[in-house]
Amino acid sequence: MINFALIGNQNSGKTTLFNQLTGSNQHVGNFPGVTVDRKDGYILGYKDRVITDLPGIYSLSPYTNEEIVTRDFLLDEKVDCIVNILDATNIERNLYLTLQLIELQIPMVLAINMMDEMRTNGGTIKINEFSRAIGVPCVPISAAKNEGIQDLVHEMMRVAVNKIRPEKIDFCAGAVHRCLHGISHMIEDHAVAAGLPRRFAASKLIEGDEPLAKRLNLTQNELEMIEHSVVEMEKECEMDREAAMADMRYCFIENLCRNTVIRPTVSKEYLRSVKIDSILTSKYFAIPAFVLIMGLIFYLTFGPIGTFLSDGFALIIDWIINYISELLIQFEINPVVHSLVVDGIFAGISSVLSFMPVIVVLFFFLSILEDSGYMARVAFIMDRPLRQLGLSGKSFVPMLIGFGCSVPAIMATRTLSSERDRKMTILLTPFMSCTAKVPIYSVFALAFFPNHAAEVMILLYATGIVVGIGFAMILKKTVYKGAPIPFVMELPNYRMPSAKSVLLLMWEKAKDFITRAFTIIFLASIIIWFLQSFDLRFNLVEDSSYSILANIGQIIAPIFAPLGFNDWRAATALITGFSAKEAVVSSLAVLLKTSADQLPTMLSSMFTTASAFSFLLFTLLYTPCVAAIAAVKREMGSVKSTIALIVTQCAIAWIIAFIFYTCASLIL
Amino acid sequence: MTLDELNVGEKAVITAVNGEGALRRFLLGMGCTPKTEVTLQKIAPMKDPIEIRLRGYTLTLRLEDAKNIEVKYL
Repeated sequence: MINFALIGNQNSGKTTLFNQLTGSNQHVGNFPGVTVDRKDGYILGYKDRVITDLPGIYSLSPYTNEEIVTRDFLLDEKVDCIVNILDATNIERNLYLTLQLIELQIPMVLAINMMDEMRTNGGTIKINEFSRAIGVPCVPISAAKNEGIQDLVHEMMRVAVNKIRPEKIDFCAGAVHRCLHGISHMIEDHAVAAGLPRRFAASKLIEGDEPLAKRLNLTQNELEMIEHSVVEMEKECEMDREAAMADMRYCFIENLCRNTVIRPTVSKEYLRSVKIDSILTSKYFAIPAFVLIMGLIFYLTFGPIGTFLSDGFALIIDWIINYISELLIQFEINPVVHSLVVDGIFAGISSVLSFMPVIVVLFFFLSILEDSGYMARVAFIMDRPLRQLGLSGKSFVPMLIGFGCSVPAIMATRTLSSERDRKMTILLTPFMSCTAKVPIYSVFALAFFPNHAAEVMILLYATGIVVGIGFAMILKKTVYKGAPIPFVMELPNYRMPSAKSVLLLMWEKAKDFITRAFTIIFLASIIIWFLQSFDLRFNLVEDSSYSILANIGQIIAPIFAPLGFNDWRAATALITGFSAKEAVVSSLAVLLKTSADQLPTMLSSMFTTASAFSFLLFTLLYTPCVAAIAAVKREMGSVKSTIALIVTQCAIAWIIAFIFYTCASLIL
Repeated sequence: MTLDELNVGEKAVITAVNGEGALRRFLLGMGCTPKTEVTLQKIAPMKDPIEIRLRGYTLTLRLEDAKNIEVKYL
């Protein structure tokens, strides 16, 4: 078995190269303990050559989760060969990471990507000279056009099998050079004992990398000597240690590029980006353009395309359910088992699976936004308002998707680079009222506010947003008190997204969702079916008002007395809303023993206008549905925070509805 | 003067990067090192953040963080 690690800057075409190298032969997972994607795949044509796609990073300093994960992976796992992908059109900054990787002294190949773009613009890299100067084998490629990939694979095999390590390690001169050498000799024994490459350890010590210093187990005396030598170096360079190290690397890079890289005078891709941005990020058109683009995506996803696919999907599922149902009847299977399979498991799973087309379509658009480079512009435009909440512009899109469905919204937080931002965004998303709640709003609006349905809807959506903002403010002051991760982000050139990457991402998300539907949601469906079908003596009930669920509804109903609806049927309907929000309406119809079109009339006998609105406020804000909770649990990676979110949301919902109902009763 | 004081389209050269910790190291790593030329390309529609061009690529950062980057005209 030979293990490769694929590493490079963000926007360097890393995922595209990974897809070219492995095809659909990928396994997606998480690095232990953090929600950082880890993808492994077999290289096409080789059964025992695995390549791991590491997160896109700019440096090996231990600050972001992605950097820590990558460092630990390279230092602790047995990596036979690093494949470092560089963007030829942005080679200077890309080489900064390369120089740090070289210090690890692991066999390495440089894949110089986007060479086609470089050449069509009249520039080039003198590959042989470049390779000699940096001491690492280089292969020019174009990942998007699948050019040079075979050469790269051959070179990767040659380097890995013959263990060809980077030849050079000195990129420095003068004071920094002396300091690095001195320290690297001093710590040699410690580095060997800790299993760390000594040059890498020395650089990181100078940069003040504490986790690494601890790992080296240095004596007090040695630490002082190192400090002394670094201070000497700082004096001589007239720069502090961090700036001196960065300056040293960039000086080497500038020199290397001067001799081996012919830069194009103009880049068509850059000029095109500037042109596109003259609308998409301009002073007056940026926000209208953004509203238009998101509106179109929403319309297509939740409108014609989504509905068409969802309906088609539902038809197929119905057909399967009917077929199985008939089969069970034909073989005279016990009616309880029949009910479990048809009304419990299949009904539960199919209600969740019917989300799937919408999710796949949404991710289709999202991956286009992401891969084309527009998502970075959204963050640029929307950063300012979100900063007040302690977030950055990148959180805007996931929250917006929350108005469609919380599940893909929570899944989309993966694109956020900071763990803190990601978690805060996940916690805020459920406050954006999703489309599944619309049927509840419309039934109640029809019954109680027939002439003001639109105003009621707008008021509910606005309440969700306002409460979400308040919740964010509280989170910022309590749980996520630390300083927000600064917002410094590259704005890449606009690029045509590759069909292969988009399709693979859609497939990945669909697979992920199906897996979840058949595990956690499967279990939840069985539990809800059981509670709905049996009474407290475990007898099967004909009438669901005698079921365990109705009993639970009766027990908890008094909790809602201060909100104005001390009614077991309302309470029971709210519990069923846990499986899917649409279920609130259907359960109310069942429990009131009425049809859907008669429901509004029946509701007006059950609620007053004030208690009806209070009920709506409660449904707006209380616990997300089981599919969303499953997504939260997965992305937060913590059962505790997930339960905390459910409890907090229910509490907030109760308090808001209570305040409203109390005020309303006083006024009315 | 500091980077946030530039006007749109103006070019300058970095003289020092102040501040500390992760942000500073990140800025240095992204190539905001002394003697590097930068151009202020654009200001976001809501007046913040800003878009700068350096070393052949485009970077966006907040005004507050741009205050840490000292520049002088060429």
